[in-house]
Amino acid sequence: MKDECDYFTLSAQHIQRNYGARIAVYDFTLQLKKGEVLGLLGPNGAGKTTALRMITGNLAPSSGSIEVCGVDLLGEPQKAKAHIGYLPEIPPLYLDMTVNEYLRFAARLHRIDKQRIAHALEHCKQRCGLADRGKQLIGTMSKGLQQRVGIAQAIIHEPDIIILDEPTVGLDPNQMREMRALIRDLGKSRSVILSTHILSEVESVCDRVQIMHDGRMVLNETLAGLRQKDADLEMEFTRLTQNPQPITH
Amino acid sequence: MIFTIARKELYMMFCSPLAWMLLTSMQLLFAWFFLGRLDAFLQLQPQLMQIANPPGFTEIIVTPVFALAAIVLLLMTPLLTMRQFAEERKSHTLTLLLSAPVSVTEVVLGKFLGLIVFFMSVVVLIVAMFLTLLAGGTLDYGLLISGASGLFLLTCCFVALGLYISSLTIQPVIAAIGMLGVLLGFWVLDLVTSDHEGWTYYVSIFKQFELFNNGLIDTFSLMYFLLFMLFFLVLTIRSLDGERLHG
Repeated sequence: MKDECDYFTLSAQHIQRNYGARIAVYDFTLQLKKGEVLGLLGPNGAGKTTALRMITGNLAPSSGSIEVCGVDLLGEPQKAKAHIGYLPEIPPLYLDMTVNEYLRFAARLHRIDKQRIAHALEHCKQRCGLADRGKQLIGTMSKGLQQRVGIAQAIIHEPDIIILDEPTVGLDPNQMREMRALIRDLGKSRSVILSTHILSEVESVCDRVQIMHDGRMVLNETLAGLRQKDADLEMEFTRLTQNPQPITH
Repeated sequence: MIFTIARKELYMMFCSPLAWMLLTSMQLLFAWFFLGRLDAFLQLQPQLMQIANPPGFTEIIVTPVFALAAIVLLLMTPLLTMRQFAEERKSHTLTLLLSAPVSVTEVVLGKFLGLIVFFMSVVVLIVAMFLTLLAGGTLDYGLLISGASGLFLLTCCFVALGLYISSLTIQPVIAAIGMLGVLLGFWVLDLVTSDHEGWTYYVSIFKQFELFNNGLIDTFSLMYFLLFMLFFLVLTIRSLDGERLHG
């Protein structure tokens, strides 16, 4: 059992979420290995964001269990959340703050030691290409830079799991490429979940792909496995998500 | 962690002009009223000399200024509390607080602490103004402290209530209007309350403050304030937690 905990950094088993009578996420299982980049695909409204909100502890699942690095997210939320860095769809930025102030607050919020804050701040600014932006007000920055601040916030405490909800939306092609390079880089030492609906992005950075449709998981396959089967991601995606009654495993 | 959040709240307030404008306008208003009372006192002084046990500075100047301050704060607290959860929600920053390894209780208490530190500065500024009276006489410190702590406790209650109302909505303006409505309700309740009887006397928050302001620290009033705060803070925590569970 211990080995499994080390092996899987995140394990969500059969989680389900109901909004009244509507089921947003149905029997969703997700397991993330250390050093793996998982692409979570799906059309709009498939339940990706709801699933991610549950995994990050923003939303309680109606049923099912979530374990983060062997810690039960529902039982010990604070201990579990310390392992997660989360960038929601809309980056949670205080526009009145400068980059430094904002990141310092994020660092304190994640209980980084006082002595280490300055170092962590420099390190993550360097990583996200914000080194010379420290004194700029977040409100005056472009969308791409704001997105980078959002990522910086998610990695400042060096979490084991990084969850990015559509991180490349609204970026220009150059920024998109940089963002992908950053995600690949992060994926070397940590587990990353990347939610997106850009298929090429998944193909270029992810090791494994899960497709969601109507709140269900309709595909869970490694990219290597897909290539082996000679299947095209786009065709698979269209086949699985245009079908009114999706095939479940 | 509570302090981290409180510090951020204070920082956010003071890095925007809002807090400074509020402090300045309130202080101007209080100073104007204070000078008006001082004038009245100086005019009354010859007559007061003839009374055996005349009321001093404190009764004639300090108490009415505190009473006015309570009403002004009733109008001002919604402006600050409305932003707390409603605006965080609107600008999607609440996610940052809720995804961090911080409990909802810590978030709520942090925000509460940040705001009451701000309002403490309002009370301290008013008291500082009174201390200038020492140049011409002595103050009744007991009455001054009792009035100031009454005012402070009253605003703490306002803040707790404001946080709760702010946690219910995504629109800051609705939070402000809602809170103003409730507070005006309390005020009307106070206006219709006779001096020492009826249930309204026990429910009215301003009556409890009045006792403090008259130098009477009653355990009932003290418990009233503490329970009021506790009640709304717990409701706030439950409301935010409920969002995670049911929202």
